[in-house]
This record gives sequence, structure tokens and C-alpha cells, in this order.
Amino acid sequence: MNYQWNWGVFLQPSASGDDTYLGWMFAGFKMTITLSLTAWVLALLLGAIVGVLRTVPNKALAGLATAYVELFRNIPLLVQLFIWYFVLPELLPTAIGDAYKQSNPIFQQFLAAMVCLGLFTSARVAEQIRSGINSLPKGQKNAGLALGFTLPQTYRFVMLPMAFRLVVPPLTSEFLNIFKNSAVCSTIGLLELAAQGRQLVDYTAQPYESFIAVTIAYVLINVTVMFLMRKVEHRIAVPGYIGGK
Amino acid sequence: MYEFDWSSIPGALPFLWDGMKVSLEITALAVVIGIVWGTLLAMMRLSPIKAVSLFAAGYVNLFRAVPLVMVLLWFFLIVPKALEQLFGLPTGTDMRLTSAMIGFALFEAAYYSEIIRAGIQSVPKGQIGASYALGMTYSQAMRLVVLPQAFRNMVPLLLTQGIILFQDTSLVYVSALADFFGAAYKVGDRDGRLVEMLLFAGLVYFVICFSASQLVKRLQKKYHPA
Repeated sequence: MNYQWNWGVFLQPSASGDDTYLGWMFAGFKMTITLSLTAWVLALLLGAIVGVLRTVPNKALAGLATAYVELFRNIPLLVQLFIWYFVLPELLPTAIGDAYKQSNPIFQQFLAAMVCLGLFTSARVAEQIRSGINSLPKGQKNAGLALGFTLPQTYRFVMLPMAFRLVVPPLTSEFLNIFKNSAVCSTIGLLELAAQGRQLVDYTAQPYESFIAVTIAYVLINVTVMFLMRKVEHRIAVPGYIGGK
Repeated sequence: MYEFDWSSIPGALPFLWDGMKVSLEITALAVVIGIVWGTLLAMMRLSPIKAVSLFAAGYVNLFRAVPLVMVLLWFFLIVPKALEQLFGLPTGTDMRLTSAMIGFALFEAAYYSEIIRAGIQSVPKGQIGASYALGMTYSQAMRLVVLPQAFRNMVPLLLTQGIILFQDTSLVYVSALADFFGAAYKVGDRDGRLVEMLLFAGLVYFVICFSASQLVKRLQKKYHPA
């Protein structure tokens, strides 16, 4: 094989002139992290609400929450992303839609990607929260009610503080997934890590170095998140449960 | 307000069906390779030989740390070129699509192997001990005693993973394979009816995946009444 390896390519000034190729990669890295973290906040908030609603006795609310989860779980992420990015702006009232379409393209891509990833992941978070709540012994809820708590109070003071702690380990894998899933957003032109990788191949003509570097970056994200979450899991584990202290 | 016009869908149905066949083919291929290679990986991972189990652990962890999009790009853009140069193939041979499909299957195998490993580990240890006591070799014990029980426990999980895999096939979009989603996008782009085609594609995926997951649920209740 007569391939010329050249790792120095990352330090060369990039085609745009004001940056190195390493700088491009770092920009993509930052975008992946920003996108994933903001989407994760959205996913946790919505997922917690929907997950709790799935367990309430009110049939209408529980049904609505189930519909939400099924909708986001049964359509591929790529299709959802394209619907957020290409379809929704068309369906908005004309004035708002036009204003949106004239806004900064990077803002449009980021917003669509964040909302899409957030909602997609929230359905999965909701499922974990629901199974966390359902795994609590029935006596906890009954004890809360017997002490004169209302149902919302029982959730607030008895069930949720336990359920949220139990659910941290399974949420770790969803957290890892959101970083990986963010690569899908390269398809709408958002310049995150995977997209920068492709761009590097085109501009540097050093495909191996570019792809190896991007792949290592994803592995690094993965390892870091796992390491941090292990610490969180350890701190938050409930004594007496498997995995607890 | 946007005016819907669904008229380009009926004429495009044969083309979309061709795309759906590609999606289903990729799904079937990846499920088969995924389960076979995933089983081997799971057994390697549980092997007492350190080197073998390290290799399997490295393979699974690497593929699970990298996004599917990256894996597909590797196998679409990089691997065919590398093979060409390595074996001195004529540059005209287009292996990109085959390569992307193989990459997809190799990726999914890592996820299957984790399910299968958990399935194997859920079989009580005494079963292997009993097989050895009956004079079976390791491979006989695995093949005749452990795996049949493990797979029976795993059926719902394997099927659920199959549904996820079917959804994942839409990502071959990055490799220009004309699957169902790629076909829908092409038609929408050509007719200027992207809105309708994307919504239609979403609906089709939803109907298929939702019905499939309800079936799996029913199956699960039948075999494992809670």
C-alpha cells in the first residue's frame, strides 16, 4: 500500500485560512457537545413529565403520555429530523415560518437538531422513569396516601425521590446514546463532529487520518461520559439496593 | 398556510416499494449476520481464553462507542478504497454499497452480542456443569444445552432489536443506498413535495414499527406471562 501518512495535516492552515484543520475538528467537537447537552436537558425535563404521567391513574393523561412515547419511538430518528427541519417550518403560520426561514441557517439547523434529539430521547427517558416508578414497592404509595398525602404529594415526597435515584444507571446509556445520535444531525448540514470529518476528507485528501481522529474523538466522549456517570451513580445509589452501598 | 398536495404519492408507489424492499433486505441480512456473528462474539467474550475474550470485548465496545453514521461512512468511503489499494483491484469495481451493508451488519452484531451474552449468562450455571458431567464437550454443552435455553429467553429482546435495526436502516441514506427513506426523499425532492413525502415516510415507518412492537408485546405475554 502506498498511502502517504501525514498526521501533520491537522496543524496545516485550513482552506478558510483563519484556522487549522485541528481547529475545524475542535469546532465540530464543541458543536456535538453543545447539541447533545442541550438536547439532554430537554429530554430529561420532558421525559420526567411524560414518564410520571404514564403511571398516573387518570386514563386520559396516561393515554396521552403513551401516545407520545409510541410516536417518538416508532419513527426513525433521521425521518424525525427531516420532518423537524424541512416540514415543520412550512406548516407554521406564514409570517412566523418566513421569519424563521430567513434567520441564520446555523440557528435553524441547531434548533431543529436540538428539538428533534431532545424529543426523540425524551420518549426513551420517559420509559426508564416509568419503569423506575413501577419498580417501587406498592406499599410506598399506599403508605403515603394513608398518611394523608394527596396523590401529587405522594409523588413529590415519597415516590419520585426514590424513583429518580433508581433510574440513574439506566439513564447513563441513554445519555451515551444522545452523543452518538447527534451524528445523525450531520445530514441536515449541521457542522458537528461527523460532518467535520467528512469535510476534512474532502479538503485534506487524508481520509484515514481524518476518520481515525473523529472516531477517536467519539470514543473519548464515550469514555468520559461513562467515567463521570459512574461517579454520579456511585454517589446517588440507594443503600440496600443492588448497586447500592 | 401550507397547501397539501398528495398527488405525487400514488404514482411513486412502485418506486417506494422498491425502496422498501431494499430496506427489508438490509434488515434481514443484518439480523441474520448480527445474530450469527453476535452469538460468536458473545461466546468469545465469555471464553476463558484471555486473548479471545479481550478481542470480543474490544470489538463490541468500539462499535458501541461510535455512531452508526460514522461506521457507515467508514465502510462507504474508506474501506472500499483501502481494499482496492491492498489487493490492487481495478478502480472501477464499485464495492461501496456492499461495503456499507457489511458495515451495517458488523455494527448491529455488537448490539446483538450484548443481548445474547446476557441471555447466555441468564442460564443457570448448573446446566453447564450437568452437561460436562454427562461427558459433553464445551461446544456440545453450548450448542445443545445452553444456547437453546438462552435463545428462548431472548426472543422478545432480539425481535425488539430487529425493530430498532429496521429504523436504523434509514441511515444508509448517508451512503446513497436507495432504501425506502432514500426513495421517498428523492421523489419529494423531484416533485417539490418534500413535506408530503416526508410525512408519508414517517407514517409508513410508524405503522410498521408500531404494529411489529405490539406483536412482540403479545408474544412476550404468551411466553412469559408476568
